Amino acid sequence: MDATSHTFSANARTALADVKLQRALDRLAEGFPARRRDAVARLPEFDALRDAAVAIKDHTILNLDRYLERFEAKVLEAGGRVHWCRDAAEARATILSICTRAKAKSVTKGKTMVGEEIAINDHLAANGLDVVETDLGEYIIQLRGEPPSHIIAPAIHLSKDQVADTFRKAHGTLPPARPLTESRALLEEARTVLRSRFLGADVGITGANFLIAETGSTVTVTNEGNAELTMTLPRVHIVLASIEKVVPTLEDAATMLRVLARSATGQDVSVYTSFATGPRRPGDLDGPEEFNVVLLDNGRSAMLEGELREMLRCIRCGACLNHCPVYAAVGGHAYGWVYSGPMGAVLTPALIGLDPAKHLPEASTLCGRCEEVCPMRIPIPKMLRHWRERSWQRGPSATRSRFGLAVWAFVAARPRLYRWATGAVAALLARLATRGRFAWLPFASAWTGTRDFPAPEGRGFVASWNRGERR
Amino acid sequence: MAETSPDVALFATCLVDAFRPSVGFAAAKLVEESGSRVVVPEAQTCCGQPAYNSGDRATATKIAKQVVDTFAPFAAVVVPSGSCAGMIKQHYPALLADDPAYAAKAKALAAKTHELLAYLVDVRKMTRCAARCSRTATYHDSCSGLRELGVKAQPRTLLKSVDGLALIEAPNAETCCGFGGTFCVKYPEVSTRIVDAKITDAIATGADLVLGGDLGCLMTIAGRLSRQGSTVEVRHVAEVLAGLDDRPAIGVAKTPPQG
Amino acid sequence: MSVARAAVLSSVRRALGARPSASGVEARLTEPPPGVIPARGRNDSVAMFLEGAARVGTTVDRAASAAEVPARIAAYLAERNLSTAIKLAPDPDLRDLPWAEAQLQTREGRGEDHDTVSVVQAFAAVAETGTLVMISGAESPTTLNCLPDTHIVVVHSRDLVGAYDDAWARLRARGALPRLVTWITGPSRTADIEQEILVGIHGPRRLHVVMIDDGQA
Ligand code: SF4
Repeated sequence: MDATSHTFSANARTALADVKLQRALDRLAEGFPARRRDAVARLPEFDALRDAAVAIKDHTILNLDRYLERFEAKVLEAGGRVHWCRDAAEARATILSICTRAKAKSVTKGKTMVGEEIAINDHLAANGLDVVETDLGEYIIQLRGEPPSHIIAPAIHLSKDQVADTFRKAHGTLPPARPLTESRALLEEARTVLRSRFLGADVGITGANFLIAETGSTVTVTNEGNAELTMTLPRVHIVLASIEKVVPTLEDAATMLRVLARSATGQDVSVYTSFATGPRRPGDLDGPEEFNVVLLDNGRSAMLEGELREMLRCIRCGACLNHCPVYAAVGGHAYGWVYSGPMGAVLTPALIGLDPAKHLPEASTLCGRCEEVCPMRIPIPKMLRHWRERSWQRGPSATRSRFGLAVWAFVAARPRLYRWATGAVAALLARLATRGRFAWLPFASAWTGTRDFPAPEGRGFVASWNRGERR
Repeated sequence: MAETSPDVALFATCLVDAFRPSVGFAAAKLVEESGSRVVVPEAQTCCGQPAYNSGDRATATKIAKQVVDTFAPFAAVVVPSGSCAGMIKQHYPALLADDPAYAAKAKALAAKTHELLAYLVDVRKMTRCAARCSRTATYHDSCSGLRELGVKAQPRTLLKSVDGLALIEAPNAETCCGFGGTFCVKYPEVSTRIVDAKITDAIATGADLVLGGDLGCLMTIAGRLSRQGSTVEVRHVAEVLAGLDDRPAIGVAKTPPQG
Repeated sequence: MSVARAAVLSSVRRALGARPSASGVEARLTEPPPGVIPARGRNDSVAMFLEGAARVGTTVDRAASAAEVPARIAAYLAERNLSTAIKLAPDPDLRDLPWAEAQLQTREGRGEDHDTVSVVQAFAAVAETGTLVMISGAESPTTLNCLPDTHIVVVHSRDLVGAYDDAWARLRARGALPRLVTWITGPSRTADIEQEILVGIHGPRRLHVVMIDDGQA
């Protein structure tokens, strides 16, 4: 998909004016954080599990090549295939060729953010394949031609009636007068439509939350059960996963899973967690004949190198989105690409380049709530500052905010000048303010557009104190 | 170190110095009540956060060194702001880690620097204040104080001892106010949506006074409240604790305007 | 091997730089260290399992013996006015139970679209979160877990373990992993429409467990 991250400010304004979206965001802010809090409260070992999960990932990342090789060997041993891909184009071509070789016409998909990242749907569709998303949220946004607005709840930005409209347009063969006001009716309609797609699919594509080196298994977590149908009914199963998803052992996967759902939705564990290892076995009555893992780098090995390495611990739980005041204000689409919220603000510049995504690291208050709730203890604010430094180093030096900062820095480095200048400005502003505040100030319209500017009291504290004033 | 002074140096912060000296006087009074002598070094300016958070590491480093030098002689440094104290405690050591002349000094400064409330309660073991204030207040936890320094219980401990004060917790007391330094002017609409949620939450408690420990947040909250025509007042927590809340609240005129 | 493989691995190695040669990888894989097991996973109590199951809407019934299972299932189906035609996993443990006596019509095989009720035996149950561990195999086709509206799982109380890790130990003891191991914790659900939690989006609308009380492991 084409990123619109470069127009973040305009995207944000559109989002703020969208009444339905704002209502959806309010629902999100009420729901997710409270559910996570309850789940964490039920598990006294939660923080110990976080520490263990961080240690597992750090160890794995430090030995990423070794664990990937072991993972590959185990997949082969189980009768599966592994396809290494350097970038999105290679992954798209690989997946298409697997489909072509299987003479596939119809493809079902489980939710995969890596799939969104490489825009696999468009590529397969352009090559004549009929691709359908089977996660309800993903299905809805696929029908609408939208990107996901949340990594775990892709259609969180929509209201019931918007979903109903979408279904009426898409499901043209159903009676137009059917009632679709209840969520239940929408669900039943999606169930029926998607059931026939599941049964007719030649290839199933899923993502993976984890890969297990010990056994060559891929781990997929859903609540709907769509991934199980996707990886069981079609002749060919393709798992699309980026290289940082690997963990060493089954026990390690269990530790990760104990923090994942609690952080994501506040469930103790998701409804379905499937560990897939190779294709159908002799004697099995169901399951795919072919099991493929597409292992994608697409920028991950570059992230290993420097300041962003810890970001590779991310398990895509979405907790940082759910607790972010900026995400809660503007939603996911404003971020303009696949990954949104705090994790998106770190990842997007790494994956599509800093220039088109330079707004995202700036559009944060650095409040630190993301780091506080992140199960993997990723220092997101530190990484946002890292991007800001990179922007600063390469940015044009003539913007107004840069000029303001330069003047301020010049003065701040000279205490006497600083004392005099701040004292003078404070006194002047205090004299000008009639009601203790300004409704408008020259050069400060970005503040006074929506807020009054509190007037200074009129003297400098440091100077007054050292003159002997005590209150 | 013979040149070390037993006095507590107050780092007022640039916002308090220029906008709200009342907070500086209140902080100094509280530190003195806790039994320490206060000095206000004349050479102090700003902690460098605006540069640091804008990605201008070079300027931030330069200012950090100046702060390190200014406050090196004192036994302790007290800051009436979570974010400026957090800058010194959490970020200076990393910022100056590669500078052999400053790495150790930055760590030493970080170790002896305290956010005001943390200093009073954790270091000086203060449990009560002599102040009186017949208001209903709610407390906003500013992000840096809360998450970088763990300031949460300390202001509440002292506020509970204030005679006549009713303290009501807002459910989202820990949510950001939308200030975020330059964020509030780079993305003013987003910032405003965030502060609106904060204000709605605070007003719903029935409080007529919003307190906090960081002037940046308080100016944002006050500025938006007054734009909305609200009469809810906003003050730094130190003003109430020191009994210096007879001054007009943030963004309120000295003498009430006519009409 | 492929060019891409070599390229990915070498850029990973380049980024990681010099490291100790082994750094515990082999040891971790051959002798997996135990994870942090929460207290709630440290006993295989039925009560803990029931608590987890109740939280997610899994219903649980108890049978004193395997022979009692058909009657318990018949009662469950009758109470909800559900079909008495069930698709049975081709599992010798289930095959010879007195289904006809309980007025149930059984067919064996994998799950099909038109099946409405399935009965499958679980490999294990995990007390920690009220989770069922289902494995694929000739005797337990995966489709039975994800196509029918009503999914009925039979589990022996001796197969109830405390933590996920205990289930892994049992699976390892059995040999290589089957094609699919699925932890199931409740019926299929979604919150994708206005965050309202609705059950039965793709797979089962109902998940019912009959636990045979035959003692602890
Ligand atoms: S950064 Fe942390 S909180 Fe955000 S999605 Fe990743 S793991 Fe979850």
